[in-house]
Amino acid sequence: MSAARIPTITPYPDGPLILRGDVQLETPDGTRIDPHRRTVAPCRCGLSSIKPFCDGTHKVTGFRTDD
Amino acid sequence: MYDTAPAIRRIVVFTPRGPLSDAVLERLTSSARPELSAPADDAVRRSEDILADDDVQSALFLLYASAYGSVEGIDPGSEWDPDLIRLRRSLEEAFEAALRAQVAMPALPEPTPDAVARALFALVEADDSPSVARHLARRATAEQVRESLVLRSVYTLREADPHSWAIPRLTGAPKAALVEIQADEYGGGRPDRMHAELFAQALRGAGLDDGYGAYLDQIPAITLAAQNMMSMFGLNRRLLGAIVGHLAAYEMTSSIPCRMIAGGLRRLGFGDEVAEYFDEHVEADAVHEQIAAHDLAGGLAAQRPELLPDIVFGAAACLCVEGRAGAQALAAWDDDRSALRPGAGS
Repeated sequence: MSAARIPTITPYPDGPLILRGDVQLETPDGTRIDPHRRTVAPCRCGLSSIKPFCDGTHKVTGFRTDD
Repeated sequence: MYDTAPAIRRIVVFTPRGPLSDAVLERLTSSARPELSAPADDAVRRSEDILADDDVQSALFLLYASAYGSVEGIDPGSEWDPDLIRLRRSLEEAFEAALRAQVAMPALPEPTPDAVARALFALVEADDSPSVARHLARRATAEQVRESLVLRSVYTLREADPHSWAIPRLTGAPKAALVEIQADEYGGGRPDRMHAELFAQALRGAGLDDGYGAYLDQIPAITLAAQNMMSMFGLNRRLLGAIVGHLAAYEMTSSIPCRMIAGGLRRLGFGDEVAEYFDEHVEADAVHEQIAAHDLAGGLAAQRPELLPDIVFGAAACLCVEGRAGAQALAAWDDDRSALRPGAGS
Protein backbone atom coordinates (compact mmCIF):
# COMPACT_ATOMS: atom_id res chain seq x y z
CA MET A 1 0.00 0.00 0.00
CA SER A 2 1.41 3.40 -0.94
CA ALA A 3 1.71 6.11 1.69
CA ALA A 4 -1.01 8.12 -0.04
CA ARG A 5 -3.52 5.34 0.61
CA ILE A 6 -3.03 5.12 4.36
CA PRO A 7 -6.35 6.20 5.93
CA THR A 8 -6.27 9.52 7.79
CA ILE A 9 -8.27 10.92 10.69
CA THR A 10 -8.23 14.71 11.05
CA PRO A 11 -9.74 16.45 14.08
CA TYR A 12 -11.30 19.71 12.80
CA PRO A 13 -11.28 22.60 15.31
CA ASP A 14 -14.51 22.82 17.33
CA GLY A 15 -15.95 20.13 15.07
CA PRO A 16 -15.97 16.45 14.18
CA LEU A 17 -13.21 14.12 13.08
CA ILE A 18 -12.87 13.76 9.32
CA LEU A 19 -11.98 10.26 8.20
CA ARG A 20 -10.57 9.64 4.74
CA GLY A 21 -9.46 6.36 3.21
CA ASP A 22 -10.41 2.71 3.26
CA VAL A 23 -11.56 1.90 6.77
CA GLN A 24 -14.27 -0.51 7.82
CA LEU A 25 -16.64 0.92 10.41
CA GLU A 26 -18.16 -1.64 12.76
CA THR A 27 -20.38 -1.73 15.82
CA PRO A 28 -18.87 -3.37 18.96
CA ASP A 29 -20.51 -6.68 17.96
CA GLY A 30 -18.86 -6.57 14.55
CA THR A 31 -21.81 -5.48 12.45
CA ARG A 32 -20.66 -3.39 9.52
CA ILE A 33 -21.73 0.28 9.51
CA ASP A 34 -22.45 1.69 6.05
CA PRO A 35 -20.36 4.89 5.74
CA HIS A 36 -22.65 6.20 2.93
CA ARG A 37 -19.76 8.22 1.42
CA ARG A 38 -16.01 8.18 0.87
CA THR A 39 -15.20 10.90 3.42
CA VAL A 40 -17.06 10.62 6.73
CA ALA A 41 -17.30 12.73 9.88
CA PRO A 42 -17.49 10.69 13.12
CA CYS A 43 -19.14 12.67 15.92
CA ARG A 44 -16.69 14.12 18.45
CA CYS A 45 -19.00 16.07 20.79
CA GLY A 46 -21.14 13.07 21.74
CA LEU A 47 -24.45 14.80 21.01
CA SER A 48 -25.19 13.83 17.42
CA SER A 49 -28.60 12.34 16.66
CA ILE A 50 -27.08 10.17 13.93
CA LYS A 51 -24.10 8.69 15.78
CA PRO A 52 -21.53 7.53 14.95
CA PHE A 53 -21.71 10.37 12.41
CA CYS A 54 -21.75 14.14 12.99
CA ASP A 55 -25.00 16.03 12.38
CA GLY A 56 -23.71 19.53 13.15
CA THR A 57 -25.18 19.65 16.68
CA HIS A 58 -21.79 20.70 18.10
CA LYS A 59 -22.39 24.14 16.58
CA VAL A 60 -25.47 24.85 18.70
CA THR A 61 -24.10 23.40 21.92
CA GLY A 62 -20.89 25.44 21.93
CA PHE A 63 -18.55 22.43 21.67
CA ARG A 64 -14.95 23.67 21.79
CA THR A 65 -11.67 21.89 21.22
CA ASP A 66 -8.31 23.07 22.45
CA ASP A 67 -6.69 23.82 19.09
CA MET B 1 -28.41 21.86 -37.68
CA TYR B 2 -30.32 23.04 -34.67
CA ASP B 3 -33.96 23.78 -35.06
CA THR B 4 -34.31 27.48 -34.57
CA ALA B 5 -37.84 27.80 -35.90
CA PRO B 6 -40.01 30.18 -33.89
CA ALA B 7 -42.27 27.24 -33.01
CA ILE B 8 -39.59 25.92 -30.65
CA ARG B 9 -40.51 28.69 -28.27
CA ARG B 10 -43.67 26.85 -27.33
CA ILE B 11 -41.78 24.17 -25.44
CA VAL B 12 -39.84 26.60 -23.23
CA VAL B 13 -41.50 26.42 -19.83
CA PHE B 14 -41.22 30.11 -19.24
CA THR B 15 -43.41 33.16 -19.74
CA PRO B 16 -41.64 36.53 -20.16
CA ARG B 17 -41.99 38.92 -17.23
CA GLY B 18 -41.33 42.14 -19.15
CA PRO B 19 -39.78 43.58 -22.33
CA LEU B 20 -36.24 42.46 -21.47
CA SER B 21 -36.98 38.81 -20.67
CA ASP B 22 -39.28 38.75 -23.71
CA ALA B 23 -36.43 39.87 -25.99
CA VAL B 24 -33.96 37.44 -24.37
CA LEU B 25 -36.36 34.51 -24.73
CA GLU B 26 -36.91 35.43 -28.38
CA ARG B 27 -33.15 35.52 -29.04
CA LEU B 28 -32.51 32.23 -27.26
CA THR B 29 -35.28 30.25 -28.85
CA SER B 30 -35.88 31.56 -32.34
CA SER B 31 -34.14 33.06 -35.35
CA ALA B 32 -35.62 36.46 -34.51
CA ARG B 33 -33.05 39.04 -33.42
CA PRO B 34 -34.81 41.67 -31.32
CA GLU B 35 -32.67 44.52 -30.04
CA LEU B 36 -31.36 43.90 -26.52
CA SER B 37 -29.47 46.91 -25.22
CA ALA B 38 -32.41 49.34 -25.04
CA PRO B 39 -34.68 46.98 -23.04
CA ALA B 40 -31.70 46.10 -20.81
CA ASP B 41 -30.86 49.73 -20.12
CA ASP B 42 -34.52 50.52 -19.47
CA ALA B 43 -34.97 47.55 -17.14
CA VAL B 44 -31.90 48.36 -15.07
CA ARG B 45 -32.67 52.10 -14.95
CA ARG B 46 -36.26 51.72 -13.79
CA SER B 47 -35.50 48.96 -11.29
CA GLU B 48 -35.54 50.00 -7.65
CA ASP B 49 -34.26 46.64 -6.47
CA ILE B 50 -32.43 44.49 -9.01
CA LEU B 51 -32.55 41.45 -6.71
CA ALA B 52 -36.34 41.46 -6.66
CA ASP B 53 -36.86 42.59 -10.27
CA ASP B 54 -38.81 39.96 -12.19
CA ASP B 55 -37.81 41.11 -15.66
CA VAL B 56 -34.07 41.42 -14.90
CA GLN B 57 -33.77 38.22 -12.83
CA SER B 58 -35.76 36.11 -15.27
CA ALA B 59 -33.67 37.45 -18.19
CA LEU B 60 -30.48 36.58 -16.32
CA PHE B 61 -31.88 33.17 -15.41
CA LEU B 62 -32.52 32.42 -19.09
CA LEU B 63 -29.02 33.57 -20.07
CA TYR B 64 -27.49 31.23 -17.49
CA ALA B 65 -29.89 28.42 -18.46
CA SER B 66 -28.32 28.74 -21.90
CA ALA B 67 -24.89 27.98 -20.39
CA TYR B 68 -26.16 25.03 -18.29
CA GLY B 69 -28.47 23.65 -20.97
CA SER B 70 -30.96 23.23 -18.14
CA VAL B 71 -34.09 24.50 -19.87
CA GLU B 72 -35.52 22.73 -22.92
CA GLY B 73 -35.95 24.74 -26.07
CA ILE B 74 -32.95 27.07 -25.80
CA ASP B 75 -30.86 26.91 -28.98
CA PRO B 76 -27.33 25.66 -28.07
CA GLY B 77 -26.00 27.75 -30.95
CA SER B 78 -26.91 30.92 -29.05
CA GLU B 79 -24.62 30.16 -26.08
CA TRP B 80 -21.75 32.35 -27.26
CA ASP B 81 -23.79 34.90 -29.24
CA PRO B 82 -21.74 38.10 -28.68
CA ASP B 83 -24.88 40.20 -28.22
CA LEU B 84 -26.12 37.87 -25.48
CA ILE B 85 -22.72 37.77 -23.79
CA ARG B 86 -22.60 41.58 -23.87
CA LEU B 87 -26.08 41.72 -22.39
CA ARG B 88 -25.19 39.25 -19.65
CA ARG B 89 -22.16 41.32 -18.71
CA SER B 90 -24.17 44.52 -18.47
CA LEU B 91 -26.85 42.85 -16.30
CA GLU B 92 -24.18 41.21 -14.15
CA GLU B 93 -22.54 44.58 -13.59
CA ALA B 94 -25.79 46.00 -12.19
CA PHE B 95 -26.55 42.80 -10.24
CA GLU B 96 -23.09 42.60 -8.67
CA ALA B 97 -23.15 46.30 -7.75
CA ALA B 98 -26.54 45.81 -6.05
CA LEU B 99 -25.21 42.79 -4.13
CA ARG B 100 -22.08 44.60 -2.99
CA ALA B 101 -24.20 47.54 -1.84
CA GLN B 102 -26.59 45.32 0.07
CA VAL B 103 -24.28 42.78 1.69
CA ALA B 104 -22.73 43.81 5.01
CA MET B 105 -19.06 42.82 5.08
CA PRO B 106 -17.56 41.66 8.39
CA ALA B 107 -13.94 42.34 9.33
CA LEU B 108 -11.56 40.14 7.35
CA PRO B 109 -9.69 37.34 9.16
CA GLU B 110 -6.05 36.45 8.59
CA PRO B 111 -5.67 34.41 5.39
CA THR B 112 -5.03 31.11 7.18
CA PRO B 113 -7.31 28.04 6.96
CA ASP B 114 -8.01 28.09 10.69
CA ALA B 115 -8.79 31.82 10.91
CA VAL B 116 -10.92 31.79 7.76
CA ALA B 117 -12.92 28.76 8.91
CA ARG B 118 -13.53 30.31 12.34
CA ALA B 119 -14.60 33.59 10.75
CA LEU B 120 -17.02 31.84 8.38
CA PHE B 121 -18.58 29.76 11.18
CA ALA B 122 -18.95 32.97 13.23
CA LEU B 123 -20.54 34.77 10.27
CA VAL B 124 -23.10 32.00 9.82
CA GLU B 125 -23.81 31.84 13.56
CA ALA B 126 -24.44 35.60 13.64
CA ASP B 127 -26.94 35.44 10.77
CA ASP B 128 -30.35 36.36 12.17
CA SER B 129 -32.47 35.66 9.10
CA PRO B 130 -35.84 34.12 9.97
CA SER B 131 -35.75 30.33 9.70
CA VAL B 132 -37.79 28.64 6.99
CA ALA B 133 -36.63 25.28 8.36
CA ARG B 134 -38.08 26.02 11.80
CA HIS B 135 -41.42 26.96 10.22
CA LEU B 136 -41.41 23.77 8.16
CA ALA B 137 -40.52 21.74 11.24
CA ARG B 138 -43.23 23.10 13.50
CA ARG B 139 -46.07 24.91 11.81
CA ALA B 140 -46.12 24.59 8.03
CA THR B 141 -49.06 23.02 6.21
CA ALA B 142 -48.49 20.28 3.66
CA GLU B 143 -49.17 22.83 0.91
CA GLN B 144 -46.51 25.18 2.31
CA VAL B 145 -44.06 22.25 2.37
CA ARG B 146 -44.83 21.60 -1.31
CA GLU B 147 -44.24 25.28 -2.05
CA SER B 148 -40.91 25.14 -0.25
CA LEU B 149 -39.91 22.16 -2.39
CA VAL B 150 -40.88 24.05 -5.54
CA LEU B 151 -38.81 27.07 -4.44
CA ARG B 152 -35.84 24.85 -3.61
CA SER B 153 -36.06 22.99 -6.92
CA VAL B 154 -34.51 25.87 -8.89
CA TYR B 155 -31.20 24.98 -7.29
CA THR B 156 -31.60 21.44 -6.04
CA LEU B 157 -32.68 19.81 -9.31
CA ARG B 158 -29.29 21.06 -10.57
CA GLU B 159 -27.62 20.76 -7.18
CA ALA B 160 -23.89 21.47 -7.06
CA ASP B 161 -23.68 22.56 -10.71
CA PRO B 162 -23.05 26.31 -10.13
CA HIS B 163 -20.06 25.57 -7.90
CA SER B 164 -18.60 23.05 -10.33
CA TRP B 165 -17.70 25.90 -12.70
CA ALA B 166 -14.94 26.70 -10.18
CA ILE B 167 -13.15 23.34 -10.45
CA PRO B 168 -10.85 24.11 -13.43
CA ARG B 169 -10.12 27.55 -11.98
CA LEU B 170 -8.65 26.14 -8.78
CA THR B 171 -5.35 24.34 -8.27
CA GLY B 172 -3.82 22.21 -5.53
CA ALA B 173 -5.43 21.69 -2.12
CA PRO B 174 -8.52 23.88 -2.62
CA LYS B 175 -9.24 22.09 -5.91
CA ALA B 176 -8.96 18.69 -4.22
CA ALA B 177 -11.30 19.93 -1.47
CA LEU B 178 -13.95 21.13 -3.94
CA VAL B 179 -13.79 17.88 -5.90
CA GLU B 180 -14.09 15.90 -2.65
CA ILE B 181 -17.35 17.75 -1.89
CA GLN B 182 -18.71 17.67 -5.43
CA ALA B 183 -18.01 13.96 -5.87
CA ASP B 184 -20.30 13.34 -2.90
CA GLU B 185 -22.90 15.78 -4.26
CA TYR B 186 -22.90 13.83 -7.52
CA GLY B 187 -23.47 10.51 -5.76
CA GLY B 188 -19.91 9.17 -5.48
CA GLY B 189 -20.34 7.27 -8.75
CA ARG B 190 -23.94 6.19 -8.09
CA PRO B 191 -26.48 8.08 -10.22
CA ASP B 192 -29.31 7.18 -7.84
CA ARG B 193 -27.40 8.86 -4.98
CA MET B 194 -26.86 12.15 -6.81
CA HIS B 195 -28.37 14.84 -4.63
CA ALA B 196 -30.29 16.26 -7.59
CA GLU B 197 -31.78 12.80 -8.15
CA LEU B 198 -32.70 12.43 -4.45
CA PHE B 199 -34.49 15.76 -4.74
CA ALA B 200 -36.32 14.66 -7.90
CA GLN B 201 -37.47 11.61 -5.92
CA ALA B 202 -38.67 13.92 -3.12
CA LEU B 203 -40.67 16.02 -5.59
CA ARG B 204 -42.32 12.93 -7.10
CA GLY B 205 -43.07 11.60 -3.64
CA ALA B 206 -44.78 14.87 -2.75
CA GLY B 207 -46.91 14.70 -5.90
CA LEU B 208 -44.92 17.37 -7.74
CA ASP B 209 -43.40 17.54 -11.23
CA ASP B 210 -39.66 16.74 -11.20
CA GLY B 211 -38.89 18.29 -14.60
CA TYR B 212 -36.37 21.12 -14.38
CA GLY B 213 -38.16 24.42 -14.79
CA ALA B 214 -41.64 22.91 -14.53
CA TYR B 215 -42.57 25.62 -12.03
CA LEU B 216 -40.37 28.39 -13.38
CA ASP B 217 -43.24 30.82 -13.91
CA GLN B 218 -44.12 30.50 -10.22
CA ILE B 219 -40.65 31.24 -8.88
CA PRO B 220 -40.33 34.76 -7.37
CA ALA B 221 -37.53 37.03 -8.58
CA ILE B 222 -35.62 36.86 -5.29
CA THR B 223 -35.38 33.05 -5.56
CA LEU B 224 -34.16 33.38 -9.15
CA ALA B 225 -31.67 35.97 -7.84
CA ALA B 226 -30.28 33.43 -5.35
CA GLN B 227 -29.66 31.00 -8.22
CA ASN B 228 -28.39 33.71 -10.59
CA MET B 229 -25.92 34.88 -7.96
CA MET B 230 -24.37 31.40 -7.83
CA SER B 231 -24.25 31.21 -11.61
CA MET B 232 -22.64 34.66 -11.87
CA PHE B 233 -20.05 33.81 -9.22
CA GLY B 234 -19.36 30.46 -10.85
CA LEU B 235 -19.14 31.59 -14.46
CA ASN B 236 -16.86 34.60 -13.89
CA ARG B 237 -13.28 33.68 -13.07
CA ARG B 238 -12.73 37.10 -11.46
CA LEU B 239 -15.37 36.04 -8.86
CA LEU B 240 -13.67 32.74 -7.94
CA GLY B 241 -13.36 33.77 -4.30
CA ALA B 242 -17.08 34.56 -4.15
CA ILE B 243 -18.25 31.18 -5.47
CA VAL B 244 -15.97 29.43 -2.97
CA GLY B 245 -17.26 31.55 -0.08
CA HIS B 246 -20.81 30.97 -1.27
CA LEU B 247 -20.40 27.21 -1.18
CA ALA B 248 -18.90 27.35 2.30
CA ALA B 249 -21.85 29.34 3.67
CA TYR B 250 -24.36 27.16 1.84
CA GLU B 251 -22.90 23.98 3.31
CA MET B 252 -22.66 25.57 6.76
CA THR B 253 -26.37 26.39 6.81
CA SER B 254 -27.59 22.97 5.75
CA SER B 255 -27.18 20.08 8.17
CA ILE B 256 -29.18 21.38 11.14
CA PRO B 257 -31.95 22.99 8.98
CA CYS B 258 -32.24 19.77 6.95
CA ARG B 259 -32.78 17.77 10.13
CA MET B 260 -35.57 20.18 11.11
CA ILE B 261 -37.17 19.93 7.67
CA ALA B 262 -37.02 16.12 7.70
CA GLY B 263 -38.84 16.23 11.05
CA GLY B 264 -41.48 18.55 9.59
CA LEU B 265 -42.01 16.27 6.61
CA ARG B 266 -42.58 13.28 8.90
CA ARG B 267 -44.87 15.35 11.16
CA LEU B 268 -47.08 15.94 8.12
CA GLY B 269 -47.03 12.31 7.01
CA PHE B 270 -44.74 12.64 3.98
CA GLY B 271 -42.92 9.38 3.28
CA ASP B 272 -39.26 8.47 3.54
CA GLU B 273 -38.86 8.97 -0.22
CA VAL B 274 -39.53 12.68 0.41
CA ALA B 275 -37.50 12.94 3.62
CA GLU B 276 -34.48 11.01 2.32
CA TYR B 277 -33.01 14.02 0.52
CA PHE B 278 -33.02 15.93 3.81
CA ASP B 279 -31.77 12.98 5.89
CA GLU B 280 -28.87 12.64 3.46
CA HIS B 281 -28.00 16.33 3.87
CA VAL B 282 -27.86 16.15 7.66
CA GLU B 283 -24.99 13.70 7.38
CA ALA B 284 -23.37 14.82 4.13
CA ASP B 285 -23.27 18.52 4.90
CA ALA B 286 -21.81 17.98 8.36
CA VAL B 287 -18.84 16.57 6.40
CA HIS B 288 -18.96 19.13 3.59
CA GLU B 289 -19.08 22.18 5.86
CA GLN B 290 -15.78 21.22 7.47
CA ILE B 291 -14.06 20.63 4.14
CA ALA B 292 -15.61 23.76 2.61
CA ALA B 293 -14.67 26.05 5.49
CA HIS B 294 -11.16 24.80 6.25
CA ASP B 295 -9.78 23.11 3.16
CA LEU B 296 -11.61 24.93 0.36
CA ALA B 297 -12.24 28.50 1.58
CA GLY B 298 -9.38 28.56 4.10
CA GLY B 299 -7.07 26.75 1.71
CA LEU B 300 -7.82 29.17 -1.11
CA ALA B 301 -7.28 32.19 1.17
CA ALA B 302 -3.89 30.82 2.21
CA GLN B 303 -2.93 30.07 -1.38
CA ARG B 304 -4.27 33.32 -2.86
CA PRO B 305 -4.72 35.95 -0.11
CA GLU B 306 -5.90 38.51 -2.66
CA LEU B 307 -9.14 36.48 -2.95
CA LEU B 308 -9.94 36.67 0.77
CA PRO B 309 -12.31 39.68 0.54
CA ASP B 310 -14.39 37.94 -2.11
CA ILE B 311 -14.40 34.64 -0.20
CA VAL B 312 -16.00 36.48 2.72
CA PHE B 313 -18.24 38.49 0.37
CA GLY B 314 -19.52 35.29 -1.29
CA ALA B 315 -20.39 33.77 2.08
CA ALA B 316 -22.10 36.96 3.31
CA ALA B 317 -23.98 37.32 0.00
CA CYS B 318 -25.25 33.74 0.29
CA LEU B 319 -26.66 34.45 3.77
CA CYS B 320 -28.12 37.80 2.68
CA VAL B 321 -29.94 36.62 -0.44
CA GLU B 322 -31.06 33.25 0.92
CA GLY B 323 -32.25 35.16 3.99
CA ARG B 324 -34.29 37.58 1.87
CA ALA B 325 -35.83 34.76 -0.14
CA GLY B 326 -36.72 32.88 3.02
CA ALA B 327 -38.17 35.97 4.70
CA GLN B 328 -40.38 36.62 1.68
CA ALA B 329 -41.77 33.08 1.76
CA LEU B 330 -42.38 33.22 5.51
CA ALA B 331 -44.15 36.58 5.20
CA ALA B 332 -46.49 35.10 2.58
CA TRP B 333 -47.26 32.04 4.71
CA ASP B 334 -47.85 34.22 7.77
CA ASP B 335 -50.53 36.01 5.72
CA ASP B 336 -52.03 32.73 4.50
CA ARG B 337 -50.86 33.55 1.00
CA SER B 338 -48.91 31.40 -1.42
CA ALA B 339 -45.16 32.01 -1.51
CA LEU B 340 -45.23 31.33 -5.24
CA ARG B 341 -45.99 33.78 -8.05
CA PRO B 342 -49.32 33.28 -9.75
CA GLY B 343 -48.48 30.99 -12.69
CA ALA B 344 -48.93 31.90 -16.34
CA GLY B 345 -52.58 31.89 -17.23
CA SER B 346 -53.74 31.45 -13.66
